[in-house]
Amino acid sequence: MLANKIVIINYRMGNVASVQKGFKKIGAETILSHEKNDIENADYLVLPGVGAFGDGMKNLKELGLIEILNNRVLHEKTPFLGICLGMQLLATTGYEFGETPGLGWIKGKVIKLSVPEKFRLPHVGWDDIEIKRDTLLLQNIPGQNFYFVHSYHLAPNDATVTTSICTFGQDFAATIEKGNIYATQFHPEKSQTSGLMVLKNFLMSKRHA
Amino acid sequence: MLKVRVIPCMLFNGFHLVKTISFGQIRNLGNPIQMARVYNSRNVDELIFIDLAATEERREPEYDTITEIMKECFMPVTIGGGITKIADVDRLMRIGADKIAINNAAIVCPEFITELAEKFGSQCVVISIDGKRVGEEHYVFTHRGTVNTGIPVTTWVEKVTARGAGEIFLTSVDQDGTMAGYNLPLIAAAADATTIPVIACGGAGKVQDIIDAVLAGHANAVSLASIFHYGGHTVNSIKERMHKAGIPVRLMRENYET
Repeated sequence: MLANKIVIINYRMGNVASVQKGFKKIGAETILSHEKNDIENADYLVLPGVGAFGDGMKNLKELGLIEILNNRVLHEKTPFLGICLGMQLLATTGYEFGETPGLGWIKGKVIKLSVPEKFRLPHVGWDDIEIKRDTLLLQNIPGQNFYFVHSYHLAPNDATVTTSICTFGQDFAATIEKGNIYATQFHPEKSQTSGLMVLKNFLMSKRHA
Repeated sequence: MLKVRVIPCMLFNGFHLVKTISFGQIRNLGNPIQMARVYNSRNVDELIFIDLAATEERREPEYDTITEIMKECFMPVTIGGGITKIADVDRLMRIGADKIAINNAAIVCPEFITELAEKFGSQCVVISIDGKRVGEEHYVFTHRGTVNTGIPVTTWVEKVTARGAGEIFLTSVDQDGTMAGYNLPLIAAAADATTIPVIACGGAGKVQDIIDAVLAGHANAVSLASIFHYGGHTVNSIKERMHKAGIPVRLMRENYET
């Protein structure tokens, strides 16, 4: 594990320190960076993030990271983990504060959770996931509840990329997997032992040929 | 199903953790970093850390202590006390805090709530409200329960919700540290006046109090302190009882190592 270079993309969107600390807890050193050189040489890429969709895309664009990420993830198949906003940015389009194009790696849109009146948004707290299909990320997790903080969710066009769902007024994707692309709507770095297991599992992923 | 959170509350006076009774009679409870480590090993849902004295002493949050606490925590942490500007929140976020709690700063400048929500997202903005009963009504108090703002709690709850707050941390000044039960009318009135989650604080002495806060008070989370130190309960023993009462909680094995 030591030989691997894990880069957490620092694009000024929230709590990246916790993600780094989470990896450290499982014995993995990471680099917090938005330098192209680091991203170019990464064995694993992590895109965390808390905040609004538009700001996230704007920051990635301003830092000049979109092209290099497309290349590293879509063409070179580097294992990639998106967390929360980092998952949502994978969509084709985001609908938070207007319409914004996303990275488009997962065809679909990011829309507000549609919940009955008595439900409170944001969806914040520990909630259960239901595993829909076998996925590396959720192997051997000690519990099926994770920490969520969000009002929007990624609705993929192709439901088969969804590996687990959570239900809050409606079903939504809690985790997705598409080749080398993994993502969680919850925060593994804040989900204690189950969450740390998700991070550990991600590091078991291999570059897809 | 979304769980009702049980959140230990760590009150800090700038030196060590303390417990208060109705905001007075301060008792020392020891080292916050050690306590954070214990709570983390017990897989608690979340932690709240409030520096009681920062605003009064006109000082910034104790960043060094908070940094050490954050190193121990792999669950969401809310930090409150002494936060008056965007730069404070920015620094706390970089240390790894998930949410910040403001109390007096929101009353002095309600626009600050919106500013924070726009910059960091509503989910990060917790408004701490100290409510105290005066006659038949509950009012928002500041300065550790000594100054009545004259604003009814429900009015303030509606206002902070409209301003973009993400959660409300509601403490009953009267019940604080008494272990005599939560102030249910106060909690229910606040919870029913808003669409954002309400964390009830102040008065839990037995598990039934917590169950009441959720079922009768409509709280989305409960914050506790004394009951752990003086009530002979652990987070898990409390949650087992809540679970039996039909409340969705997160039951975890303690000390599970990945």
